[in-house]
Amino acid sequence: MSKTADKQLESVLSPGKGATPADWARIRAEFASKARKRGLVDISYEIHDSPFGPLLIGATTQGLVRVGLSTETQEAVLNDLAMRISPKILSGSRPQIKLARKQLDQYFSGKRKEFKLDLDWQLTHGFRRQVLDVTDAIPYGETRSYREVATQAGSPKAVRAAGSALAHNPLPIVVPCHRVLKTDGHVGNYLGGTPMKEQLLEMERGTA
Amino acid sequence: MKPFEHVIDQHGPAILRYCAGRVGPERAEDCFQETMLAALRSYEKVRDEKAVKAWLFKIATRKSIDIYRSHAKQDAPAGQLDPVESRRKSDQPGHSDVWSVVDHLPDKQRDAIYLRFQGGLNHREVGVVMGISESAARRNGFEGLKRLRSESGSWS
Repeated sequence: MSKTADKQLESVLSPGKGATPADWARIRAEFASKARKRGLVDISYEIHDSPFGPLLIGATTQGLVRVGLSTETQEAVLNDLAMRISPKILSGSRPQIKLARKQLDQYFSGKRKEFKLDLDWQLTHGFRRQVLDVTDAIPYGETRSYREVATQAGSPKAVRAAGSALAHNPLPIVVPCHRVLKTDGHVGNYLGGTPMKEQLLEMERGTA
Repeated sequence: MKPFEHVIDQHGPAILRYCAGRVGPERAEDCFQETMLAALRSYEKVRDEKAVKAWLFKIATRKSIDIYRSHAKQDAPAGQLDPVESRRKSDQPGHSDVWSVVDHLPDKQRDAIYLRFQGGLNHREVGVVMGISESAARRNGFEGLKRLRSESGSWS
């Protein structure tokens, strides 16, 4: 059999064009929607534009489980969730995500002082959970020191551990770890970088 | 395991193209959705990142055969147009003959050709999907091509 006939045969057998980008986006979205309806998705997420860059908003059926700041890569955040909770993660919306996005916008524009969201705390346990619970209760426009938070969480000497708990807050902004400062009054560290922490505090001072 | 979202990023387009190749453009999306839902449902069973591609093509092959069979019964009661020909004509005019011959090859040759040409898999990957050795995959592919050449003449 001739080489040209071979080549002809192989070109005839080759696949047709793939889907257009628009079609592919639609097909993906339909898949995510079907998967969610069948209860196959453990974590849904969307990317939300904010004054501090894109935020990854992740939710389980229990509630908001993760807020990823722009200082964290999406890939790292998702890989972490896949490892610690479940790899059944698909982009797409849930009511909890829609609500979180709406409330975040209100918060950033100074119209909301308190978040009213169902939170999924499964990523945080023990003392860290106590620290973040205490943090969650710090009112808008106020601050506490690491020492005060450690004390309220039941271990006045565990100031470093309290700092670590705050550094591992899976729900920054919503759980206001930005309201915790060093005892000497310095701003201290922040997941999203110190400038962001300062800006959040300034925004709250201005609107309080 | 990687987030399933990344699995779709990485393999989705190839699976969609493969589905279109096996069941035609009109049923490609259904085939794709069925494949991905089945994959997501059993995602925890995959232990190894490297096994994901072959596993997806295995599911897609099963689903496309199911869809092909169920529509073959519906579309082609005795005497009517072969469903393969009717769907092929809409996608690649003039090429419908080849695929109807492929569809009537022995199962292993048919699958080897689909996986190679519509799936873009190499011989080793074809073997993994089909659960046979690489050389058996190669052999089935070549036997299938030989049959195509002898049964169908020129393709232009």
